[in-house]
Amino acid sequence: MIEYILGYLHSDVTPGEAGNLFWVTVYVLLVFLGISVGVIFMNWFERKVMAHMQVRIGPMRVGPHGLLQPVADALKLIIKEDLMPAHADKIVFWFAPVCVVMTAFCGFIVVPFGRTHAITDMNIGVLFMLGVSSLGVLGVIMAGWASNSQYPLMGSLRSGAQMVSYEVAMCMSVVSAVMMTSLVTGTGTMSMIGIVQAQEQQHMWFAFSFFPVGLTALGVFAIAMVAETNRAPFDLPEAESELVAGFLTEYSGFRWSLFFLAEYAGMMAVSAIATTLWLGGWLRPFPHLLGGANWDTAFSLVPGLGFILLGALCLFYAVKMPKLRSMRGNLLGLAGFGAFLAAMGLFMLLPGVRTRVQDIFWFTIKVGFFMYLYIWYRTTFPRYRFDQLMKIGWKFLLPISIAVVVLTAVIGVRQELLALLFSSWFGGRR
Amino acid sequence: MTPVATPFFFYFLSAVAIISALVMITKVNPVHSALALIVTLLASAGLYLMLYAPFMAGVQIVLYAGGILVMFLFVMMLVNIEHLYVEKMMNRQWVIALLAALVLGSLVLGALYKGAGSFPQQIVNHPEQTNSQEIGMLLYGPQTGYYMFPFEIASVLLLVAVVGAVVMAKRRV
Repeated sequence: MIEYILGYLHSDVTPGEAGNLFWVTVYVLLVFLGISVGVIFMNWFERKVMAHMQVRIGPMRVGPHGLLQPVADALKLIIKEDLMPAHADKIVFWFAPVCVVMTAFCGFIVVPFGRTHAITDMNIGVLFMLGVSSLGVLGVIMAGWASNSQYPLMGSLRSGAQMVSYEVAMCMSVVSAVMMTSLVTGTGTMSMIGIVQAQEQQHMWFAFSFFPVGLTALGVFAIAMVAETNRAPFDLPEAESELVAGFLTEYSGFRWSLFFLAEYAGMMAVSAIATTLWLGGWLRPFPHLLGGANWDTAFSLVPGLGFILLGALCLFYAVKMPKLRSMRGNLLGLAGFGAFLAAMGLFMLLPGVRTRVQDIFWFTIKVGFFMYLYIWYRTTFPRYRFDQLMKIGWKFLLPISIAVVVLTAVIGVRQELLALLFSSWFGGRR
Repeated sequence: MTPVATPFFFYFLSAVAIISALVMITKVNPVHSALALIVTLLASAGLYLMLYAPFMAGVQIVLYAGGILVMFLFVMMLVNIEHLYVEKMMNRQWVIALLAALVLGSLVLGALYKGAGSFPQQIVNHPEQTNSQEIGMLLYGPQTGYYMFPFEIASVLLLVAVVGAVVMAKRRV
């Protein structure tokens, strides 16, 4: 038994490939916990960033700098009365949030946080993620229909139309990235780990391959994924000014918080797809330009040092806090949090740990970049009208993504043929 | 690696598929029927996974459960379902139904008894890790590109459907 558990530690594959049930369970729990903590953090971070962008200070009361605000919110939501409309379809109303949460979390089965830090590696990785995330719309439609009320129905109709139409452009841009995986080896792959390894072999993140093509594909995906997750400026399904809260109108308490959890988990899932496909997944920046053992060591120190820096910042602000009796709890809390972060940073500097942790760190940083973009969009752009939304999806994004696919095929697969054509063309002129 | 494709999963998934299919045809409310149909489709996607065909399973989820059924639900939500509870649900077509069931059943039984030798004796362990690559080679590959033409014909069929939908939805000028 113990040998079974310890035996995995020396392998360099994911627990799913190794077929080790114990570690699969551990990884599933870890990923679930990590995503949930990420959602809680995102809740606080979004409110804080939006507040500062709008020259407010945001939550400040619960915990130092409002750090415990999401915990208080979650407690409130759990305690709150859970209403169900009298004429709602009971079973479907009950199942809709479950469906949304399940599909949002299922995609993380194949997300590679590192070469060995994924629950499993699937031959159809990207397809699986896209499929599972496209099932999420079912939950939204079920929620809107089961509420048996006008606003939710309108909201879920909008959501269905929006997600179905943006999915096309999204899948097209994914196809271009999948095609790029076949460049050096000759065989492409859809496995999430395989895609990152292809970028490692080609010494190039796919965002920069065939210079404007890869970047355009990423751009199309980055727009489509905002629409796909119903976030501002594409948050028409829950447009407050028109539809109260869209499909969420009749939901309250714990069920509502499940929708909230699923929305943020879904955002992280699509960000993880974008990171894996175009931004090199777990690879550190400049693995070849700044190659060599020295640079490797330097980059592997970054996560630990970053955590120590965060801890130092916390301690700095704890010292700067007004010395009031009522603030003592906050002060101790912030200082303790800083000390905890610094201790984690020191732990991550250990040689055995840092080689394993740095993959996760770089992946999380890249996903965090997309998550920050979500907040940035929300404070910057006004909401689109529904006809504008459809126009963008069908008349703007879809032609561009098809052009990207064709261009990738032409440039990539027939690179040598193109070179031949050009040489003969110029040769003929002379 | 120990195979996950144990008989338990086969029977479990089959039971889920059959029960949800029964639920689908017996429910009066079309939305409930569509949801039951989704469960059937997901269970059959699981069966494809057990047959070491992950690509088929993925396409099943993306196209049927994620695409077509969403469209179904989309249309059904706009239909007034009140009058469905008043209407008679079963048509009196039991003679034709019995005939169809008998023909299909005898076909299946005949295939089981006559062609028993043509089934593989044990599970063929296909390499799961290259499944989608193999499908690609089979469709477009240089040696075995026999299926290129049927594949393209199928896409022309879809194109016809798209054009038909556009023509029908077009505003008359």
